Amino acid sequence: MRQLLAGKTAPILIVLLAIGLFWYAAAIWMNAPWQQTLNQRAGLENVSAIDFVAQTWAQDKPLLPAPHQVAGEIWNATVGTDIASKRSLAYHAGITLSATLLGFALGTLLGVGLAVMIVHNDASERSLMPWIIASQTIPILAIAPMVVVGLGAVGVTGLLPKALISMYLSFFPVVVGMVKGLRTPEAIQLDLMHTYSATPWQVFAKLRWPAAVPFLFASMKVGIAISLIGAVVGELSNNAGGGLGVRLLTGSYNGQTIQIWAALFIAAGLAALLVIAVGGAERLVNRAMGARP
Amino acid sequence: MTELAPPSPDAMAVVRAQNLGLTFPTNDGDVIALSDVNLTINKGEFVSFIGPSGCGKTTFLRTIADLEQPTSGTLTVNGTTPSDARLNRAYGYVFQAPALYPWRTIAQNVALPLEIMALTDKAERIARTLELVNLTGFENKYPWQLSGGMQQRASIARALSFDADLLLMDEPFGALDEIVRDHLNSELLKLWARTRKTIAFVTHSIPEAVYLSTKIVVMSPRPGRVTDIIESDLPAERPLDIRETPEFLRLAARVRDGLRAGHSYEE
Repeated sequence: MRQLLAGKTAPILIVLLAIGLFWYAAAIWMNAPWQQTLNQRAGLENVSAIDFVAQTWAQDKPLLPAPHQVAGEIWNATVGTDIASKRSLAYHAGITLSATLLGFALGTLLGVGLAVMIVHNDASERSLMPWIIASQTIPILAIAPMVVVGLGAVGVTGLLPKALISMYLSFFPVVVGMVKGLRTPEAIQLDLMHTYSATPWQVFAKLRWPAAVPFLFASMKVGIAISLIGAVVGELSNNAGGGLGVRLLTGSYNGQTIQIWAALFIAAGLAALLVIAVGGAERLVNRAMGARP
Repeated sequence: MTELAPPSPDAMAVVRAQNLGLTFPTNDGDVIALSDVNLTINKGEFVSFIGPSGCGKTTFLRTIADLEQPTSGTLTVNGTTPSDARLNRAYGYVFQAPALYPWRTIAQNVALPLEIMALTDKAERIARTLELVNLTGFENKYPWQLSGGMQQRASIARALSFDADLLLMDEPFGALDEIVRDHLNSELLKLWARTRKTIAFVTHSIPEAVYLSTKIVVMSPRPGRVTDIIESDLPAERPLDIRETPEFLRLAARVRDGLRAGHSYEE
């Protein structure tokens, strides 16, 4: 017990417990008015307080579903459903994941490419950087439908339009991080390369790139999370292709709050797994590059 | 044409500066880093440059290395321009800080110039130069696992690995404590005796300059210029306690006088 309290487990459990209690209480409070209306219509009177609380936690379309309802929905829609079925959350998560990963890969490549141009050419910094920053001031919700509908009109549908929206969001942290990272080498490290008469490519490959790797991973952790948001937003604009965004959208059309919350939690869990995966890759690369443990 | 040409006066000169000047333009007006420097460094010499900050000693070393461009006068390295000398890999440069790449092991750091110059027999060169600086056995350590003195020795190995005949050292031991510094100074002398390289060594320590050098160049600031060139008559064999001998102290006094004469206390 003492060990449990000394470690990280106990604080995490306490916070989880607090959130759970707050959530259950909020569910009673938010669902009570509608439950009273339902009970009046059904002619139910003298419902005991305990029964009433149980009713607020068991509605079909609650304003705020209770945690166990969301958990049950997640269980039924993943483990309890055939993965090839369109009712399976795992199926939709897979669609969103593939768009996320493609968009993330494209965004990282674009971001690194732009950063390399900016670092090696002053003119490109002045000409590109304002546009790169401006690109992120436009609400993605406004751009996404235009990209999806526009590309759909020329016959590009499916994964690519969603991946492009992911790319649009995820290249930005990579550009900013890598411009910083590629500029970290100190003057004497660059002078050293000059005394060897190194070519610009050698300076890049042997000095600037390895020096920037820690910045790349920091950027990619941000990038992969917003890639997922980009993919979900892309799916909101086109509900034919499936994906977690489509589940959110159909859930809100039909008032299926439990379905919305289940899709939200799956999306959040997916983002967490992706960030953890990038963090794992970072640790492996750091170890290979001799970082202080 | 069959007659033997008389040996040219430049045959022994590795570095030759004539009326060399370098002016940095700044917002507050021009800064004269070097003014009218005339100096020859001959093959096999150990030449120290000593003077207060701003006297241009580091700038002169960087000009030899083609890291700065002179604005007047001429400078030749191995009879060519500094730029050609750099392309011909005429020199190895040791900076004030070790400047080891932290993601490379010691052996990989020593291999860096070998990779860039596409030289062969890397393993043999790494082993030989690490042995010269007494770092055998540390090949697979990363820089952070080594002390400051060991890191600087690794950077010397890196400068030696491609067999340039000229070694340019810019206050390489300036950041180290006295004891480590004494040790590295005597190691450097042994290394110089073994390799017969020409060494140009920037320092602000009088004992270091006198202990190491065959020739001491005293410089002074505003504008950066050479005020005295002292040929050392100390024997080639120099144990550390040579620093208590009258000859050593006499040389040190002359260097100190030179520094005092060149330094203005008006400001």
